[in-house]
Amino acid sequence: MTRTNGPPAPPSPAAADAEDQSLRIAYDDGVTDRTATLRVWRGDAAGGAFVDYEVPVQEGMVVLDAVHWIQAHRAADLACRWNCKAGKCGSCSAEVNGRPALLCTTRVDAVTRPQDRVVVVQPMQTFPIIRDLVTDVSWNYEVNRRIQPFTPAPGERAPFVIAEPDITRVEEYRRCIECFLCQDVCHVLREHRGQDRFFGPRQLVRIASLELHPKDTADRLAQLRAEAGVGLCNITKCCTEVCPEHIRITDNAIIPLKERLADREFDPIRSLWRRLRPVPMASSIPAADERVAAPARPPG
Amino acid sequence: MAAPGRAVPAGPGALHRRDRWWVYPTNVALWLSLFGAYSFWTIVFFQRDSYHQYLSPFYSPLIAAGRIPVSPALLIFWIPLGFRATCYYYRKAYYRAFFQDPPACAIREPRLAARLSPTGRGRRYRGETRLPFVLANLHRLFLYLAIAFVVIFVIDTVTAFSYHGHIGIGLGTALILVNTVALGLYTFSCHSLRHLIGGGLDCFSCAFAGRPRFQLWRLTSWLNLRHSTWAWISLTTVILTDLYIHLLQYGVVHDPHLGF
Ligand code: SF4
Ligand code: SF4
Ligand code: FES
Ligand code: FES
Repeated sequence: MTRTNGPPAPPSPAAADAEDQSLRIAYDDGVTDRTATLRVWRGDAAGGAFVDYEVPVQEGMVVLDAVHWIQAHRAADLACRWNCKAGKCGSCSAEVNGRPALLCTTRVDAVTRPQDRVVVVQPMQTFPIIRDLVTDVSWNYEVNRRIQPFTPAPGERAPFVIAEPDITRVEEYRRCIECFLCQDVCHVLREHRGQDRFFGPRQLVRIASLELHPKDTADRLAQLRAEAGVGLCNITKCCTEVCPEHIRITDNAIIPLKERLADREFDPIRSLWRRLRPVPMASSIPAADERVAAPARPPG
Repeated sequence: MAAPGRAVPAGPGALHRRDRWWVYPTNVALWLSLFGAYSFWTIVFFQRDSYHQYLSPFYSPLIAAGRIPVSPALLIFWIPLGFRATCYYYRKAYYRAFFQDPPACAIREPRLAARLSPTGRGRRYRGETRLPFVLANLHRLFLYLAIAFVVIFVIDTVTAFSYHGHIGIGLGTALILVNTVALGLYTFSCHSLRHLIGGGLDCFSCAFAGRPRFQLWRLTSWLNLRHSTWAWISLTTVILTDLYIHLLQYGVVHDPHLGF
């Protein structure tokens, strides 16, 4: 369950008063003299503005801590989505100093400049704003549903026994935490608003996790070219730069998919071979009624 | 209860990154332009680009030298050019540097660039779905030719060790050797090669020669981690080798060497 707009218990009025006098006593377990200015975007779909908050800074503190401090001491209505505070749930995605990042893994000290100690925090730009730092990422889930799920051969049932060399590549894709930072940064979605013709890097990672799976038999290449719009990706690698799970999205998911498409559509030598080869290629997509149920936890 | 924060107007650039994001596209634009201009000069304006046993990589393999009125390099330059122009790394580099599409991550594309950009045509972004950029998908065809070129460069390197029938090593030999190694690393770290070796398989253990293919795939994947580094190093060594041969031709430098 993801918490939106859920500040920790508000401080008692006396405590708030005391802390308003000074930012020194910031935490139960420590005292600090240092502060930073968090410049947070506040508003909703109708519009908004940046608001500055002076926040005490402690060693090792992350931007999400600062947001929580603001919620507890300055603005209880500041909306922010978060859950694990460990970089594992993918809820706290936002932009820090203009860079897509998880708020809970971005250290305040790493993003403040000594000259002004200002940290700009804003919601992801690619998705519709709900309020403050919270955006509506439901489009990603809708696109995800359009991808044909894991489809093993008829009669094959989980648990599968798969040789290690065959499964290592697919494991990388499964690290995805669906933070959608890659979708946020991708210029096809962010700048060119290509949501109607491009699935985005996260969904290409999912398609790769299925297409390269040794037990999957479905063929998603036609969809990849048309509906998913893989040709719109110009491999400029911003998705890879922001992925908090360090998935090499472009090199290990998108380029292998582009190459598979090239096998079929752009390789005259292969197409000649296909034409001359005596055995016709059998359709790799089993009819719907032949498909067996996917395992309890499908890949991707 | 809680004191409100202070509202600040969001001026232009408020949403922008504050790091030096422009360094990469500026560097790429600068160096690719310089290398491009140098290559144009050396390919177009010479009939001969060799010095004794040294042959410039721009002119290798030497075809029809002396029998055509133009530079023999013009017959072959399209192969390395096509290989690099369709390379996945260079695509990233020039889309960012020259087409500003995007100039850097989470940076807005400049208005003018958006209007002029052939990838965007000012109206609708088309990426690599239309001509000419869709041709980048033919990269593997250039790869086949590039592998043949690596073989030819190995022969050139062996030739560069011969001094009037003896074995010798000159500075030129060392440069040609380094250049061949760099071009080999660049070519064998190619994404398309990685795919052809094993990336296109779903199941190594079910495929023909699956084990060795898996090992080879791991090797190309390892080289591929540094593909951009090999791309720049090999471009630099090609230029330096060619420049050195020109300097020898003009007598500007003498080739220091050891003979055996
Ligand atoms: S590499 Fe492709 S998918 Fe990734 S951000 Fe760039 S254009 Fe988008
Ligand atoms: S691929 Fe990486 S950046 Fe994209 S949603 Fe998954 S974890 Fe986030
Ligand atoms: S709160 Fe879970 S990833 Fe940040
Ligand atoms: S991807 Fe760069 S040479 Fe093939």
